[in-house]
Amino acid sequence: MRYALLVMGAPYSHQAAHSALRFAQAIIRKGHHLDTVFFYHDGVHNASILMSPPQDELHMRNAWAELHEAHGTRLEVCIAAALRRGLLDASEAKRHAKTAHSVEAPFELTGLGQLLELQRQSDRLVTFAP
Amino acid sequence: MTITAATADLLVILRHGPYGSSWLREGLDVSLVAAAFGQKVSLMFLGEGVLALMPGQAKGAPGQKATAPIIDMLAMYDIDRLLVCSDDLQRMGLQADELCAAVEVISGENVSAELDRHRSVFNF
Repeated sequence: MRYALLVMGAPYSHQAAHSALRFAQAIIRKGHHLDTVFFYHDGVHNASILMSPPQDELHMRNAWAELHEAHGTRLEVCIAAALRRGLLDASEAKRHAKTAHSVEAPFELTGLGQLLELQRQSDRLVTFAP
Repeated sequence: MTITAATADLLVILRHGPYGSSWLREGLDVSLVAAAFGQKVSLMFLGEGVLALMPGQAKGAPGQKATAPIIDMLAMYDIDRLLVCSDDLQRMGLQADELCAAVEVISGENVSAELDRHRSVFNF
């Protein structure tokens, strides 16, 4: 089955993103295909390269990136929700004259249209929200 | 149940009021984008979500854009099916005819039927 996930919770604040990651790993283990994880609302914070949790805690951003590397899962971030919350990739940072950026590949900034497209293409779109 | 293409694309459930969080605004954003992409969108206001339809809202929460102008714009996007649960109206002490948009009042039992009637659902 083709799955996609919608994640709307910030890491370390709510269970949503942590549950989404475990669900993602579980469905892949079961042999399903996880096409894309889409981050919206406070979920965009999952994409921050600047998050620095203590070493004995899971690094959420890197855990998502590992999912991408191992299984090709796309990591898409709503650009409107991200920019408001200070999540910018290098080109957006340049466009907005910022001295730093906080989003890098494999996370991609994209539009909400992409979420609707995912919903159309997937057998299941599962939401994880606080 | 018969599924009619005209009303069956997308149901967006809004469960938060206009102030205190960005859930309502970001839920409405998804609705507008879906409508702009040609999907037939219905909105369902549940719980505190009915407060999105309170008349006389001028400004948004401090420092934020108001959501009331988006409600006024819905018709332009052909989003004309606004569902409100009668239990929630009663709980908030509101009448359907005092809301700032024309709504369809449904009973609590009909909420699940509406979920079935739409091909997909987003919950904010």
